[in-house]
Amino acid sequence: MHEISLLEEMREILQQQARRQHFSRVRQVTLDIGKLSCVEPEALRFAFDVVMKDTLAEDAVLVISVSEGIGVCQNCNKRMSLESLHEPCRHCAHPFVNVIEGADMKIKDLLVV
Amino acid sequence: MCGICGCGQPEQNHAQHSHHGHEHHHHDEHETERLVRVEQDLLSKNNRYAEQNRAYFQRHGIFVLNLVSSPGAGKTTLLVETIKALKNDYRIAVIEGDQQTEHDADRIRASGVPALQINTGRACHLDAHGIGHAVKALNVEDNSLLAIENVGNLVCPSSFDLGEAHKVVVLSVTEGDDKPLKYPDMFHAADLMLLNKIDLLPYVDFDVERCLAYAKQVNPDIQVMPLSATRGENFAVWIDWLKHNLSVKDAA
Ligand SMILES: Nc1nc2c(ncn2[C@@H]2O[C@H](COP(=O)(O)OP(=O)(O)OP(=O)(O)O)[C@@H](O)[C@H]2O)c(=O)[nH]1
Ligand SMILES: [Zn+2]
Ligand SMILES: [Zn+2]
Ligand SMILES: [Zn+2]
Ligand SMILES: [Zn+2]
Repeated sequence: MHEISLLEEMREILQQQARRQHFSRVRQVTLDIGKLSCVEPEALRFAFDVVMKDTLAEDAVLVISVSEGIGVCQNCNKRMSLESLHEPCRHCAHPFVNVIEGADMKIKDLLVV
Repeated sequence: MCGICGCGQPEQNHAQHSHHGHEHHHHDEHETERLVRVEQDLLSKNNRYAEQNRAYFQRHGIFVLNLVSSPGAGKTTLLVETIKALKNDYRIAVIEGDQQTEHDADRIRASGVPALQINTGRACHLDAHGIGHAVKALNVEDNSLLAIENVGNLVCPSSFDLGEAHKVVVLSVTEGDDKPLKYPDMFHAADLMLLNKIDLLPYVDFDVERCLAYAKQVNPDIQVMPLSATRGENFAVWIDWLKHNLSVKDAA
């Protein structure tokens, strides 16, 4: 249920943005979720309407795009796509690959009025 | 009023904020839709609070541990025993995180040190913002040991830095020796693993060597201390580690 606290963060960011960028309602939120971020898109969708109820984003549509995980091997320095954290290198089988992309969860843009 | 984040909320019971629960919408149906860029990472906000906490702890000489485990691994028992061993020589305070009840904080207070319970409600982890408020509310003294008992859960507390000096994962031998592989994020994020309840090893099928190998596989730098919180076996190793860290901090 960690999704609920993330959505509560989101609600706060939307309220800040509304003051800063002068809008009063959010119609659509586009969210980019890294494949390695440990966030479940389905759980987010489920909780979104509940957390946004009675706020400026009530009835907003949540659009989620999932971005790829990318890592660089600590041993051979090769770049590769990752399906999960802690995957061994697919080139040299070294157990440690540094994650460089796909561990975050970003609000990209909003459709507002 | 929140001195740390300026969020205008009272200091206590403030793990969540909703600010103004209800926003008053204007009737702007006539306005046209526009797209605004945001590009803000939701996971990074916790990190900013964590860095604030860390700086505060450093300025005030507070040595902070974040204890994580599955439910029932023995975190509270371990803390109570730790307090007994150290309270005559060190200032200690405890923050307890649980979804419900004051039970753990009551157990800590009974051992003679200040404790604050944060009930996280639906949330399954403590976050850095809530910790900032708890530290103020508890009035944690300078140069003390602050132990934070996180919500019993091996998954998401791993992604929420609280500003601690060390994340300590407690694993008990009744949980199975493959836990480090099943919950690699947690064992990767921790720098110390306390393998608790070793008094029960004769009764359970738990291969200590295999467990340590798994832990090293996900985190080659992890330090491991097998011990028993209730029977006291090897407990001195942990107490020595704490004393060493507390003295290093004082010298710094
Ligand atoms: N045999 C044995 N039992 C232990 C040991 N440490 C803790 N226990 C028992 O394990 C049970 C759970 O201990 P707690 O200290 O409440 O565990 P916890 O991790 O704080 O639990 P939550 O806060 O619910 O996540 C209690 O019955 C303890 O007495 C130990 O070293 N050996
Ligand atoms: Zn969580
Ligand atoms: Zn490699
Ligand atoms: Zn606050
Ligand atoms: Zn406990």
